[in-house]
Amino acid sequence: MTILFDGIAYGMLLFVLACGLSVTLGLMNFINLAHGAFAMAGGYITVVLVNRLGVPFLLGLPLAFLFGAALGAVLERTLYVHVYAKSHLDQVLFTIGLVFMAVAGVDYVMGSSQQFINIPTMLQGQFDVFGVRIGRYRLMIIVICGLLTVALQFILASTRFGSRLRAAVDDQRVARGLGINVGAVFGLTFAFGSGLAALGGALGAEILGLDPNFPLKYLIYFLIVVTVGGTSSITGPFVASILLGIGDVMGKYYVPTLSAFVIYSIMIVMLLWRPQGLFARASAR
Amino acid sequence: MSDISRPLAAQVTELLLRRARWSPIEIAFWLVAASTIWLFPARHLILTEICIWALFALSLDLILGYAGIISLGHAAFFGLGAYAAGLIGKYDIIGEPALALVASGLAAAGLGFATSFLVLRGSDLTRLMVTFGISLLLRELANKYSEISGGADGLQGVEIKPLLGQFRFDLYGHTGYAYSLVVLFVLFLLARRVVQSPFGLSLQAIRGNPLRSSAVGIATNWRLVAIYTLSAGYAGVAGALLAQTQAFASLEMFSVERSADVLLILIIGGTGYLYGGIVGALIFRFLQDYLSTLTARYWQFWIGLILIAIVLVGRDRIAGWTMPLRKLADALGRWRPGRPSATGGKP
Amino acid sequence: MPVVLETRSLDKHFGGIVAANQVSLQIQKGARHALIGPNGAGKTTVVNLLTGVLKPTAGQILLDGRDITRLQPHERVRLGIARTFQINQLFGDLTPIETLGLAISERLGLGTDWWRIVGSKSAVTEEIVELIERFRLGDVMSTRTAILPYGKQRLLEIALAIACKPRVLLLDEPAAGVPEDERHEILATVAALPQDVTVLLIEHDMDIIFSFADRISVLVNGALFVEGEPDAVARDPRVKAVYLGEAFDA
Repeated sequence: MTILFDGIAYGMLLFVLACGLSVTLGLMNFINLAHGAFAMAGGYITVVLVNRLGVPFLLGLPLAFLFGAALGAVLERTLYVHVYAKSHLDQVLFTIGLVFMAVAGVDYVMGSSQQFINIPTMLQGQFDVFGVRIGRYRLMIIVICGLLTVALQFILASTRFGSRLRAAVDDQRVARGLGINVGAVFGLTFAFGSGLAALGGALGAEILGLDPNFPLKYLIYFLIVVTVGGTSSITGPFVASILLGIGDVMGKYYVPTLSAFVIYSIMIVMLLWRPQGLFARASAR
Repeated sequence: MSDISRPLAAQVTELLLRRARWSPIEIAFWLVAASTIWLFPARHLILTEICIWALFALSLDLILGYAGIISLGHAAFFGLGAYAAGLIGKYDIIGEPALALVASGLAAAGLGFATSFLVLRGSDLTRLMVTFGISLLLRELANKYSEISGGADGLQGVEIKPLLGQFRFDLYGHTGYAYSLVVLFVLFLLARRVVQSPFGLSLQAIRGNPLRSSAVGIATNWRLVAIYTLSAGYAGVAGALLAQTQAFASLEMFSVERSADVLLILIIGGTGYLYGGIVGALIFRFLQDYLSTLTARYWQFWIGLILIAIVLVGRDRIAGWTMPLRKLADALGRWRPGRPSATGGKP
Repeated sequence: MPVVLETRSLDKHFGGIVAANQVSLQIQKGARHALIGPNGAGKTTVVNLLTGVLKPTAGQILLDGRDITRLQPHERVRLGIARTFQINQLFGDLTPIETLGLAISERLGLGTDWWRIVGSKSAVTEEIVELIERFRLGDVMSTRTAILPYGKQRLLEIALAIACKPRVLLLDEPAAGVPEDERHEILATVAALPQDVTVLLIEHDMDIIFSFADRISVLVNGALFVEGEPDAVARDPRVKAVYLGEAFDA
């Protein structure tokens, strides 16, 4: 049962990390392989804030979010915007280039060894609930990510920005024709998604491990969430993340040497069976 | 054929055959390449590396430049070829390295054939992920079966017998380089033949407009399977060359970094004209050397920057800069001393 | 004349949208059959179904009495059906010579040849020349298709279909987008097609239809509405009503 709990925590973390990528792909049909770099940035800024500057951990989290959002906003307006119209190959090349720069840059500034964030004592350790061991940190992750998911769903479904976003994802040209400022929607969304990734990176440093190779190491997981979950809703990637999280944790526990193998095989099978993802609508791109 | 048509037919034939003709620049290039065997013995190790990257990038050009398939996992075939050659050498399954090379290439081609069907379907992103996933899968397999593969330490104890029973693979890489260069040249010739053929033309058509391709009777899927298989075989041979010349194979040969690097090399050199892999490998390797002297471990940063610059400036625009060079090559190719031009003097 | 191409109760549904509704069409050998109808009537859908680009939801397609409903597009081309596209579908990076050479090589079974050099087979070259002369593409024959003027591209579009030496040719608005002064060239080409080639023509231009067609089928909202000889269809008040958007009683 603890494993299930851990899997859920892992899955929710993956969701927060990957949902920005999902929206980017759905909105602008843009393959952003550098998404993990924003997560890594969030993790490292939190290391600096918490470990070196003594900022409290729980304050560090929203700061990481803001950092990621700012970074995303700046890069989007200065660089990404020039690549939207280019071919998928160009997008892949561009974002790989960004990843290379990010990986080398972080290696240079922070060194190549794994970094740990000083977690406050109240979040360390476990306690028992009905005989199930619940890790405090993982519980916090579930709570925070759960709240974020609810908030995201609310924004998407019940606010004007949300409906503009959904319209733009559905059909960009029509949305523009209706007067929706697609460029602004996208800029804001990209910034927000990068912020979430950064937050995920900060939260995930404890569980996923933080080192300069983070973006490439976890790229495949983000891609799995996005392609299996589809890009036309929040629920799709959410369910996909949870399944992936549980699957991966269970796999590592029960079949340690084969777990990654199983995950990748399932991914390939899934992609072939349903190229648009399990949850995408029939009309998805 | 009518009287009006005959000169036109000759003109058309000339235009088509001209595509395939060897330009003087090409011939000069290969002569210079061959001469490096004798002229630069001290550089043989790095030149061998360049050959191997060039062959690997050439294999990617076959699918990316000519068939339009984006792959982020081509290292899967490279790694398979490497381990195949390494294991063949280690357990002395085939004594002759050249034969072992062929066998490794075939093994990789087999994997390419099996996975080609996965690449036919879906969007660019799907293909990206499937190819990526396959390379990750292979890496996991090699990692898991570490009793065979050596796991994270790599394949140890590989011994390669002398080439053709005579030429020992020496520490200075002389045999290795001549071997690699010859292999590169032979496979290049074959690739050249393939892309100049009706089959090669059909690939370009499929890349440009798959809908219209099937509307003129081309069975697009089978053609893609064929070129993907060939490309995988080439990548496998490149990997085998690395394993044989270094007597070593490691998990890194399956890595996404390697797949990304070869993509980068091909892009730097340019896709779709076969020499892009060679040009790119030369530039990449020398760039890597130069940048390493500047910034030790962080040369990847500059590579990333160059990649971004290439994309932002635009690959088409950069290709346009090399246009004067290509026009020169074209003009040289049409020049024939003493014989009046078939087109009546107009280029 | 025998029926060479036939559809039986062909249906195509896209979710809730009915693009083709019980279309039963019979095209006779050697016919000059026109398919007309208002925009969105489903004419291109029918062509896509006939060529295999779309799979029907129900119904059958028969070529010379043989059921080809399950065949892939390229297999149908090999059986003798070729088409042109309403919006040019050409190979931007290839020249007209290469484009035509490609189709001819495929037809002659040389498409899988990976050793011979393109251009070394004189049979192919002769046919390329014949088509270039016929379609007057000589002055642009070695120019990249992407930079050709629209009229030339349109001619190449038709030449490409002809290069497949089809028995049945489906022309989807061949004169679409072509400026007035270049239209006659397209029309002359269409009119000069050999008699044993069966032609199904989609067009909006009534002059072309009436000078060319010997039979007309009218498609409205995905269903066959009226069919008959040009004069009869022209006089039919229901057809006029449909085109002018008035309500009609089916």
